[in-house]
Amino acid sequence: MENKHLEHVKSYTPQNGTMVPLGGVKFLRTCVLWQICRFIAINITMTKLILKSHH
Amino acid sequence: MARIIILGGGVSGHTAATFASKWLKEEHEVVVITPNSKWNWIPSNIWVGIGEMKKEDVTFDLAPVYEKAGIIYKQAKAISIHPEGDKSISKNYVTIENVSNEKENKTEVLEYDYLINATGPKLNFNATPGLNPEIDKNTVSVCTADHALHASSELDKIIEKLKKGEKQKLLIGTGHGMCTCQGAAFEYIFNVEHKLRTLGLRQNAEITWISNESFLGDFGMGGMHIKRGGYAASSKVFAESLYTERDIKWITGAHVNKVEKEKVHYELLDGSMHEQEYDFAMLIPPFAGVGLKAYDKQDVDITSKIFAPNGFLKVDADYSGKAYEEWKASDWPSTLQNQDYKNIFAVGIAFAPPHLMSKPMKSLNGTPINPTPPRTGMPSAMMGKAVARSICDMINGKSSTPTHTASMAQMGAACVASAGKGFFKGTAVSMTVYPIVPDFEKYPGTGRDLTYTTGEIGLAGHWIKQLLHHGFLWKAQLKPGWTLIPE
Repeated sequence: MENKHLEHVKSYTPQNGTMVPLGGVKFLRTCVLWQICRFIAINITMTKLILKSHH
Repeated sequence: MARIIILGGGVSGHTAATFASKWLKEEHEVVVITPNSKWNWIPSNIWVGIGEMKKEDVTFDLAPVYEKAGIIYKQAKAISIHPEGDKSISKNYVTIENVSNEKENKTEVLEYDYLINATGPKLNFNATPGLNPEIDKNTVSVCTADHALHASSELDKIIEKLKKGEKQKLLIGTGHGMCTCQGAAFEYIFNVEHKLRTLGLRQNAEITWISNESFLGDFGMGGMHIKRGGYAASSKVFAESLYTERDIKWITGAHVNKVEKEKVHYELLDGSMHEQEYDFAMLIPPFAGVGLKAYDKQDVDITSKIFAPNGFLKVDADYSGKAYEEWKASDWPSTLQNQDYKNIFAVGIAFAPPHLMSKPMKSLNGTPINPTPPRTGMPSAMMGKAVARSICDMINGKSSTPTHTASMAQMGAACVASAGKGFFKGTAVSMTVYPIVPDFEKYPGTGRDLTYTTGEIGLAGHWIKQLLHHGFLWKAQLKPGWTLIPE
């Protein structure tokens, strides 16, 4: 069940009005192969930001 | 020979000192005045606070590093600035009070050609009765390595109770309506939650976030928007999502006005008063200037002339006190030079911001409840480097005015907020934001460039956070290739 981790979210609470991640999204967050790709992508983004910020 | 005095040896002061020393010829002097004997990589205090790192992992002795760099190091705290000298000393000077053991309480006068105020903040625990972890012993903090060690030992006691099956209430967030640094509390709450979940103790722990932000994800910079699925989505959406997923309840728009043993009193923006019980609380204090005084040639107190009421040093910002609707990116300082005394600069937390970044708010009772602007980490270091470059150029005769700028309205920030430690199971939120100060004229609606304003949570963020930990400690110790590591 892809939303078992959300058992604590009750109806008509502030939590119930939020966007919550399902199993696939949660899996990718710690999937090593995918995260290696994200590691490279984030570093490129941060490097571009740093270069843009120096005056 | 010229002498640069840098008050403070934190991220911004240390960066300014080390680059100034590198760029100036040996005939010139770079002097660092700081009461601390150790440098602390503060972002990793979070991990000390959950027992995943030791104090030695996040600190190192300053003296050998400054000796290697040819920087004069005085373990002392600055007392006063005399930008015109006085009746007997014609040159501008600062008075300092040595705090190292052998010279305890010995005051000294140091003349300067250029002065950089990088004192960082005073942790103003006294703003909230009962908040001081050293005196009141109700709550803990992670603002210093020693505070984080204390937090870790108190958390261990909670863990022991949870192991016995006792239910425990944990409260983490900000301890006053005018706090900044929500990010540190954000990291701590998710690291504590991750640790308890890893230990299999999460079910008996009720974890609550309390903050002066008017909405989750404000972070003192009015929140941010990032692109997702063809939408520009608010950080509020992502923050609420994460808190919900990790089963952390939240209280926002809260001014903690009193802390008692196992009970916090707070006021909300709607003016209502509440109490929250806790077994463990980590509450960040508000920041203030360190209390430096200033005197003119006649020894008249001019503190209010060069410092803002909150104790931070005025620079080239617009301090006219505009209404929120009139705020502009150009209100923010760029050269960080004091306008009355052109050889005085302020960097990092020590400069006085022109106003908040988040919309100013007051409760119905008139109590201000809004985050003050964050200016730690990457922007602090960039300010330190830019000011060092300007001063070196002025000393070397290249210019009579600052040659480099570091406006928070024209620079971005990369921020990695840990949400749990672990090489394979850890996560962190990797964020970039450009510019730091929202510019609604240039970027209508969002205030920021959506190409350079990004955010995501994952294991990659944790690896980056680990890399930053080792990289910045390497850089700060001036080990080989230190200049290649960006600020």
